[in-house]
Amino acid sequence: MAAAAAGPGTGSGPGDSPEGPEAEAPERRRKAHGMLKLYYGLSEGETAGRPPGSDPLDPTDLNGAHFDPEVYLDKLRRECPLAQLMDSETDMVRQIRALDSDMQTLVYENYNKFISATDTIRKMKNDFRKMEDEMDRLATNMAVITDFSARISATLQDRHERITKLAGVHALLRKLQFLFELPSRLTKCVELGAYGQAVRYQGRARAVLQQYQHLPSFRAIQDDCQVITARLAQQLRQRFREGGSGAPEQAECVELLLALGEPAEELCDEFLAHARGRLEAELQSLEAELGPSPPAPDVLEFTDLGGSGFVGGLCQVASAYQELFAAQGPAGAEKLAAFARELGGRYFALVERRLAQEQGSGDNSLLVRALDRFHRRLRAPGALLAAAGLAEAATEIVERVARERLGHHLQGLRAAFLGCLTDVRQALAAPRLAGKEGPGLAELLANVASSILSHIKASLAAVHLFTAKEVSFSNKPYFRGEFCSQGVREGLIVGFIRSMCQTAQSFCDSPGEKGGATPPALLLLLSRLCLDYETATISYILTLTDEQFLVQDQSPVTPVSTLCAEARETARRLLTHYVKVQGLVISQMLRKSVETRDWLSTLEPRNVRAVMKRVVEDTTAIDVQVGLLYEEGVRKAQSSDSSKRTFSVYSSSRQQGRYAPSYTPSAPMDTNLLSNIQKLFSERIDVFSPVEFNKVSVLTGIIKISLKTLLECVRLRTFGRFGLQQVQVDCHFLQLYLWRFVADEELVHLLLDEVVASAALRCPDPVPMEPSVVEVICERG
Amino acid sequence: MPKELEPGGHESPDDSTSPAHTLELLCHLDNTAHGSMACVAWEPAGDGKKVISLADSHILLWDLQESSSQAVLASSASLEGKGQLKFTSGRWSPHHTGTQVATANDTTIRGWDTRSMSQIYCIENAHGQLVRDLDFNPNKQYYLASCGDDCKVKFWDTRNVAEPVKTLEQHSHWVWNVRYNHSHDQLVLTGSSDSRVILSNMVSISSEPFGHLVDDDDLSDQEERRPEGKSQEPPQDSVIATYEEHEDSVYAVDWSSADPWLFASLSYDGRLVINRVPRALKYHILL
Repeated sequence: MAAAAAGPGTGSGPGDSPEGPEAEAPERRRKAHGMLKLYYGLSEGETAGRPPGSDPLDPTDLNGAHFDPEVYLDKLRRECPLAQLMDSETDMVRQIRALDSDMQTLVYENYNKFISATDTIRKMKNDFRKMEDEMDRLATNMAVITDFSARISATLQDRHERITKLAGVHALLRKLQFLFELPSRLTKCVELGAYGQAVRYQGRARAVLQQYQHLPSFRAIQDDCQVITARLAQQLRQRFREGGSGAPEQAECVELLLALGEPAEELCDEFLAHARGRLEAELQSLEAELGPSPPAPDVLEFTDLGGSGFVGGLCQVASAYQELFAAQGPAGAEKLAAFARELGGRYFALVERRLAQEQGSGDNSLLVRALDRFHRRLRAPGALLAAAGLAEAATEIVERVARERLGHHLQGLRAAFLGCLTDVRQALAAPRLAGKEGPGLAELLANVASSILSHIKASLAAVHLFTAKEVSFSNKPYFRGEFCSQGVREGLIVGFIRSMCQTAQSFCDSPGEKGGATPPALLLLLSRLCLDYETATISYILTLTDEQFLVQDQSPVTPVSTLCAEARETARRLLTHYVKVQGLVISQMLRKSVETRDWLSTLEPRNVRAVMKRVVEDTTAIDVQVGLLYEEGVRKAQSSDSSKRTFSVYSSSRQQGRYAPSYTPSAPMDTNLLSNIQKLFSERIDVFSPVEFNKVSVLTGIIKISLKTLLECVRLRTFGRFGLQQVQVDCHFLQLYLWRFVADEELVHLLLDEVVASAALRCPDPVPMEPSVVEVICERG
Repeated sequence: MPKELEPGGHESPDDSTSPAHTLELLCHLDNTAHGSMACVAWEPAGDGKKVISLADSHILLWDLQESSSQAVLASSASLEGKGQLKFTSGRWSPHHTGTQVATANDTTIRGWDTRSMSQIYCIENAHGQLVRDLDFNPNKQYYLASCGDDCKVKFWDTRNVAEPVKTLEQHSHWVWNVRYNHSHDQLVLTGSSDSRVILSNMVSISSEPFGHLVDDDDLSDQEERRPEGKSQEPPQDSVIATYEEHEDSVYAVDWSSADPWLFASLSYDGRLVINRVPRALKYHILL
């Protein structure tokens, strides 16, 4: 009734309410809703209009359901001052009045509606009563209908049974007719060649005939049928053996024969024998392609041919076999697998022969495509014949070929490196013939480096084809892991760098230590090349490789640092060897010059000997050569006017100190003592010590070797007075020109001092030349 | 060694003013026809009547008569080849009853048969540079050590001269001398112009078998009898010691002929250093 009471308030709208204030309508509605909600247990607080926090059960809430006037009054009286009480009283009176007028208005408004509602309800009561009567009548009619229907079906029951029986008889008769007609039909089918139809008929009849063979008439039919069937089988076999027809037809024949109940074992063998014949023909044609003559079709064509011919055939055979002889169980499958294994093996042998012919060629893309086809083709039979291991074998072949390719590329890289070296040798030899100034070593180096790098890149690119996404075998574990890490990175790149280092080192170990075998410039160039590899190229190449072949394999790989160390060691050895060779060249010159001269009867020196000029020239040439490839390096800080200064030291103080006592025969011990004391304070000179990678160090090495040789040779000779003076002049000349090449010029004069001192000791009449004269002679030429 | 026996007059400088003995000229090897002599070597065994001398490109075999006062040129041979070939050193093999002599010229080592004065073997390019000295293993036939300007010491088996048996590269300048110890041939002494003397232990190619088996009697060492059954770790060639007492190039090293553990080295500055084989090693070899 609350809804009904609210209904007019909300639904009537402004038109119906003559004097209801518009503003109060929503509030009233909300109140009604609130009561409804209260009734249904919904929280009043959820409605929007309520002040938050008011308790619906609060007995002091005027609008609440649990309003208790006593409590409310009590509260008011207790809490509020008089003024507020008065206010609330007036307010309440006003509200009560408003409510009264509202109630009156509502009653007036809705009076008509109450009346019409009462009328409507009365009318509905009458209508329902009429409807009840009609329903009763409907029920009785339905009962009558059911009764009739039952009676009809009872009447028809009898007939229905007879019809069913008749239908059964009819079917039986048709079957019989089929049986009686069977021989003639079979004959006809056989004549027409519709073997399938014939076999189907036979299949249908067989069981029945089997069952009723004790009846003579059926026996006759059965006999007839058997004769015809035998003929049929014979014809089928005939067709099957002829073998001319394709594999599908054969499969059909076999299927029919099987349906005729021929022994499956035998058929299976025969089937395989036929298939073998066909596949062997394919293989032979493939072999003919191989031939003794150079392979006519390229490898791609060959694999295509093999793929479509042999593998396709094998696929057909396998699928037909599996369909036909599925009932054979594991024994049959084993037979097929053995068959496929054998023929597959022969096919693989052929393919491998063909691929072996391809080893020499440089075209990787064709090979990879061929391998891809080959591999892709074999996946189908591989799936069919998992037991035969064809796919595995194919993968193995591909892997082997890939390995061989890697080997081939490594060989190629080595050959390229050797080729580069030959080019360099020629380039080094050629300009000398043409009489030109030193060959552009830096240019040659750049050429060699770039040529090797491009070769490496080309090889990488070629090998990379094997791992391309679209290639069917690239996702095999071998190609994802081992191929990348062990094959390409270790085998190809690291292998090449190692072999490069070895080749370079072999120049150091070559028996031709006398210098003729390897041009020194080549040693220098190789040393620089190795050093460049150590500093940058190796890590670059390896990074490149790692990027191209996302190496996923966890197997250990050679770290960059090891390779770099190897390259550095090689570079060091080469450079040391270079120093030795060049030092030897100059030493030989010096040695000859000392050994072949008769020092006892030489004339007073007027000139520096030509060989010394030659030594200086050669050293300068070496300096230029090394300067092309190596940086300057550090030398000990010296004043710019080094030559003069050292000369004065050399000639005055030291010379006096050393030679003066030797004039007086009484003091030979002093000479030794002095020289020994002096040596005590100078560091031991390691003549053939390893060199640093810079020009100064290289030249220091060469000059050390040369001067030490000079020293040793001088000690083996005996000098006359002028001989000693000549040595003095020569040494001063060397002093003038060699100091600039070495790291520590102290070293040069130490050695040269030693030479002069040794010559003085080997001289029965040691009268040194006046230093100023020496100076003049040297400056003159 | 024959050095002490060598009479003055060949090469030894004549400044012998030492108080002990004055040297007396016994005989004169006439070399006027053959150029300057590089080396003289006495027959190691026998009655000491044969002397080999090397002069320029000739190898001369002298026979000193009974009194050792007269030398007769018994036979000679000479090197033939391009350029000026000069012998640098020579050595008489202690084996084969003194019929073999090895000589060095430039980078080549040659072996000679003194009976026929014909070449029996030749090691071309034995060293990268000049060969300075040779020495035969006193206990092991066919084994020859050589050293040269390429700073290397090489050991050869003269039956197969294609490859050296062993190569040492410890010196940093020319190696002037190489000497086997007379009784314990694993001890090899080398002197070099890098002013170092190096004593090496070449166990792997010595005549003393590893672990000393029972064959004590076939070797010629007299005073040092090695006890048998010595347990040894696998032998390793090694440098026993590097002697750096010299301040200048060392031009001669040799073992004492009296005490097998004593050796001397002589350097340019006139310093003669006498050293002993380290005691630990001595006992290691002996025991």
